[in-house]
Amino acid sequence: MLKLFTIFADIVTYNWLGLTRGKHLTEAVHFFVEDTTKIFFLLVTIIFVVAVVRSFFPPERTRRFLAGKNLFVAHVLAALLGVVTPFCSCSACPLFIGFVEAGIPLGVTFSFLISSPMVNEVALVLLFGLFGWEIAAIYLFTGLIVAIVAGIIIGRLNMERYVADYVWEIRMGEAEVPTMTWRERFQYAKGYVKEILSKIWIYVLGGIAVGALVHGYVPQDFLLKYAGPNNPLAVPIAVILGVPLYSNAAGVIPIVQALMAKGLPLGTTLAFMMAVTALSFPEMVILSQVLKRELIMTFVGIVSMSIIIVGYIFNFLI
Amino acid sequence: MKIEILGPGCPRCQSLEANAKQAAKELGIDAEVVKVTEMGKIAAYGVMSTPGIVVDGEVKGSGKLFSVEEIKQMLKG
Repeated sequence: MLKLFTIFADIVTYNWLGLTRGKHLTEAVHFFVEDTTKIFFLLVTIIFVVAVVRSFFPPERTRRFLAGKNLFVAHVLAALLGVVTPFCSCSACPLFIGFVEAGIPLGVTFSFLISSPMVNEVALVLLFGLFGWEIAAIYLFTGLIVAIVAGIIIGRLNMERYVADYVWEIRMGEAEVPTMTWRERFQYAKGYVKEILSKIWIYVLGGIAVGALVHGYVPQDFLLKYAGPNNPLAVPIAVILGVPLYSNAAGVIPIVQALMAKGLPLGTTLAFMMAVTALSFPEMVILSQVLKRELIMTFVGIVSMSIIIVGYIFNFLI
Repeated sequence: MKIEILGPGCPRCQSLEANAKQAAKELGIDAEVVKVTEMGKIAAYGVMSTPGIVVDGEVKGSGKLFSVEEIKQMLKG
């Protein structure tokens, strides 16, 4: 079905604009037209569907669901629920308090906090649209594994004393979760699509534009020399570069796709994208309200290490 | 009437505050709109996803940027 967008881009570039095949500019224009139409179509449809699913999993319900489960099961469920539960970094604190207060172990809470921003529908849509379903699936599974493993390690370290003291004293109220009708769910989903798109469209367009330029003008295999599998430092450097790019995950993925086409290995690409989505300065600043510095450093350290390992494994395998 | 906006100050919380003021104005209600940014207080309301909106001490909704129309319904109800 996604072939439609290639055909549409063919018509626009060759027939309407009358560009000659094989030129740099033609390549760039074709890439831009195909990817913008495809990505926005996918974003609207998939965010809508995900939002409807999400309306069944408000965090209040997730919390009740996770409390008192077997530890390993709880880690797996927390990571899975992280994918479908609505999350934004400004919600990280009340969510954290809510989980801990419900008696959910610290490590399980972290499994959730890691998977929620990392494996989100916007990243998955962009990966699916630009890289194909195989890479989107690899990203989904490795993302879940990173969240589960990092959460288990943090849990084993018994770092409860590094949670801000006041958190343990909060007695949280039980807010009522209203049951929604289908009409309300669709309303919610519509509003959610609008909200997300209004926030990211400019980054998506910008990212695809830069990606188009890279596609058209950067020579093939250009990156192989610098960031290819022979450079052992490429993965950690990709992770370090990814952290400050947080809010622009939507804009980064199209650029990364173009870079991969120019020889960036899969493992390095995955590590970079995970760093962009999972680790962010604003989220750490917000979390510092509930976590002491030692725990934040541990969290960042363990997640970075896991992501770097993922990068090496995929570079090694492929 | 007292309207509290729960949230650490993200863009969505600010938009929600503006919508709440607009809703009160359109209904001609004399409402005091206050922002609650302290985590302990937000959690005490049982709200786990921001922004949240509280009218006269009662949580009316959370995790969504409510529109002026939706807030009007909350203020009437």
